[in-house]
Amino acid sequence: MFEAFSYITLQHYWWIIVSLLGAILVFLMFVQGGQTLIYTIGKTNDERTILINLLGRKWEFTFTTLVTFGGAFFASFPLFYSTSFGGAYWVWIVILFAFIIQAVSYEYRSKAGNFLGKRTYETFLLINGILAPLLIGTAVATFFTGSQFSVNLMNITRLTGDKMPIISEWTGPAHGLEAALSLHNLTLGLAVLFLSRVLALLYFMNRIKHAEMMERVKKQLLINAIPFVVFFLTFVIWTLLSSGFAVNPDTKEVFMEPYKYLHNLIQMPVVAIMFVLGVALVLIGIIRPLTCFEKCSTKGIWGAGIGTVLTVLALFLLAGFNNTAYYPSTFDLQSSLTIQNSSSSQYTLTAMSYVSLLVPFVIAYIWVAWRSIDNKKIDMEELNDETHVY
Amino acid sequence: MENIDFSLVNWSRAQFALTAMYHWLFVPLTLGLSFIVAFMETLYVRTGNPEWKRITKFWMTIFGINFAIGVATGIILEFEFGTNWSNYSWFVGDIFGAPLAIEGIMAFFLESTFIAVMFFGWNKVSKKFHLLSTWLVAFGANLSALWILVANAWMQNPVGMKFNPDTARNEMVNFWEVLFSPVAINKFLHTISSGFVLASVFVVGVSAWYLLKNREHLFAKRSIIVAAVFGLLTSLFVVLTGDGSARNMAQFQPMKFAAMENLYVGQQNAPLVAIGILKENATEADHKKQDFRFMIEIPNMLSYMAFLDPNAYVPGIQDLVQGNATHNLLSYKERSEKGKIAILSLAEYKEAKKAQNDSLAKAALVRFEDNYKHFGYGYYEGRELHELVPSVPITFYSFRVMVGLGFHFMLLFFVVLVLTLKDKIAKNKWVLYTALWSIPLAYIASELGWVVAEVGRQPWVIQDILPTIAAVSQLQPASVQITFWMFFLIFTALLIAEIKIMTKQIKKGPGEDVPSTESASANN
Repeated sequence: MFEAFSYITLQHYWWIIVSLLGAILVFLMFVQGGQTLIYTIGKTNDERTILINLLGRKWEFTFTTLVTFGGAFFASFPLFYSTSFGGAYWVWIVILFAFIIQAVSYEYRSKAGNFLGKRTYETFLLINGILAPLLIGTAVATFFTGSQFSVNLMNITRLTGDKMPIISEWTGPAHGLEAALSLHNLTLGLAVLFLSRVLALLYFMNRIKHAEMMERVKKQLLINAIPFVVFFLTFVIWTLLSSGFAVNPDTKEVFMEPYKYLHNLIQMPVVAIMFVLGVALVLIGIIRPLTCFEKCSTKGIWGAGIGTVLTVLALFLLAGFNNTAYYPSTFDLQSSLTIQNSSSSQYTLTAMSYVSLLVPFVIAYIWVAWRSIDNKKIDMEELNDETHVY
Repeated sequence: MENIDFSLVNWSRAQFALTAMYHWLFVPLTLGLSFIVAFMETLYVRTGNPEWKRITKFWMTIFGINFAIGVATGIILEFEFGTNWSNYSWFVGDIFGAPLAIEGIMAFFLESTFIAVMFFGWNKVSKKFHLLSTWLVAFGANLSALWILVANAWMQNPVGMKFNPDTARNEMVNFWEVLFSPVAINKFLHTISSGFVLASVFVVGVSAWYLLKNREHLFAKRSIIVAAVFGLLTSLFVVLTGDGSARNMAQFQPMKFAAMENLYVGQQNAPLVAIGILKENATEADHKKQDFRFMIEIPNMLSYMAFLDPNAYVPGIQDLVQGNATHNLLSYKERSEKGKIAILSLAEYKEAKKAQNDSLAKAALVRFEDNYKHFGYGYYEGRELHELVPSVPITFYSFRVMVGLGFHFMLLFFVVLVLTLKDKIAKNKWVLYTALWSIPLAYIASELGWVVAEVGRQPWVIQDILPTIAAVSQLQPASVQITFWMFFLIFTALLIAEIKIMTKQIKKGPGEDVPSTESASANN
């Protein structure tokens, strides 16, 4: 069936899949957001234990989604993998480091003989909670603002001269960390960070049975929602009003087009609807629990969660579709990556497309498994009956 | 090529080796213990005997401690292909990326979803659903091993692809050839079964400790029986697949094979050195020639092992480097010249295409394709060719220690199984001590297997096509040094934490099966 698809259709299909994985990853980073709120919401040991166990049953999904996002990006757009990971080395290394220290922290935090002490593991969770959303958001912002690199596939034949035969060369001064010095990039990083905290609070509302904690959660929701909205709107308006990296569909030449992303939004009405709907759902998810806490507080995570996925998906599509370079180079415009010049071969995309048919099954069994173990709200009583506690 | 920054290449290699070896400290136990736990839980569900539940839960706790750190070390490996081997990521990403993505979609989600049910579902889901979850975790863990080993095997024996000169990379033309390559199948089976053996040694060793401390007799004996049966069966399988690995290696990676055997001059009826001590030959240091200080040989065995024919010719290091006309072997010098032709023809092809000179492009392409199988050697034109010979002592000794330990484990499983069935195990202190001290040996054997596979194939990232010097990312060596030490420190700290937590947990023992004890400790 996928054999009938044209190469360009497959490239679009895979950009949607990668974008969807990225969007789900941003939603699942509520785990990271939650990790930054453990001491804000949990005032006693018991309360913190509740929070950590609540997040501890979900962290692996965020982690696995990140790993799958990376694998899928590698398989479908290997030139991005090669250029961005090898070039923006430090920003990716710091992100990865933040995930290494997260992976053990839940399991080891409260175990006897854990060597580094409980507080260290809690600090690890805090570092991961701040750095992962902040830096992933910043890195995604470079899809719109560009980085400094050059790509020349023929460098592989460079046998003489003083340079090694390396195709992607980063010219940014700090191997990726320079991205975090741009205010434009940082606004998205900060928006994602506050969004992850907002989503965490909504998740807590959905899962915790504890009156005093709920009061704190409710208070924090407003405190975090305001900076989120401010940073997010700043990024969106800034991006829509900036020049974007357009591609001439005939010559494949990359050029700067004023209001490119605004044009993309207008020229792709489906994406525009998705974006508006997404933003609206996130806002409704936040506002409803504030206005009718009793009835609506458990549902906020669903509205805001689905809204997040739609919004991030729309942002990725704005960056990659409609003759746009999704990973632009400000050093050498013509080195910019597009979904056409950076993708895998038609054969590989076709083979991988069959594998992608498994995704609905994966989502279905995750749903069944979650339902079976998350069937009631959590409190200390429930944890005392539990045999595996973090 | 004179423009190589070896400090960058070597630090990048060191970083990859570090992360791979740390990761591999945790993976084999996950692969094997997941099945052992599933067997135990099956016995519980079948018999309804609460003792089996207690046994299952204890080993599941150990599994969880080990699993977390395996995940932590694993994420780096996936991304290091991009961060440190960026040329590689483009040059073969079209083939190599697919297994990584499939691993995520098919295996990792299976594993992480049902691990949650396995740990948190005891009081929430039915016995059968819980058992199914435990089996799915084992299945998912081993499925992820399949995909990453397919990817690794492909680097050792690249099949199912064709170089596309327009995109300057290798592209997949046959997915099934990649998946079902004999090297891939063999590597997968050998690696997972070695993980089963390691986990079995671990369970037998820990159980032996309880018997030595005169604790938990029933628990320990039952654990030993399950693990020893599993270990004995799978260690036979390790031997079988190991034999297959050697044959694949002789066929596809003759230099690795010659180095592993320290076969300097090739011969027919080649003998296998069962035990040997090497001595560096000072006169021919260039070719890394090693003499034997001492050795015990098995006549004809090497020829038989490599080609199932005692009379077969096995090429030595010298034949491969200097060429051997009788056996149709090109020298590395000739191969590097042909490789250089391939590389330069590719550049010419691109230039001609740009100038729209089709006849020139066509001629360049023909030259390129004729010489492509030597492509990687082209980067060594004008360099010292002994750079293409891997370390002989490391591969030679690693292989022998690994094989020797493999047979030791087999014997151990047999002895403890017989003694346990006769109910005499508790009295045989020296057997119990041997079992206990075999735990570190199992880790050593397992790591050495990878040392043979990976050090033995140096300098090839993709056999004959891409060497490390052309695969690396453009970074400051200092950056890689810093990240190397960052990873070293954090992994070491986490390893210490893991070992301390595990030994505490083992000393604490399986305990009573009342939930309050565990949650009470968790609240400390």
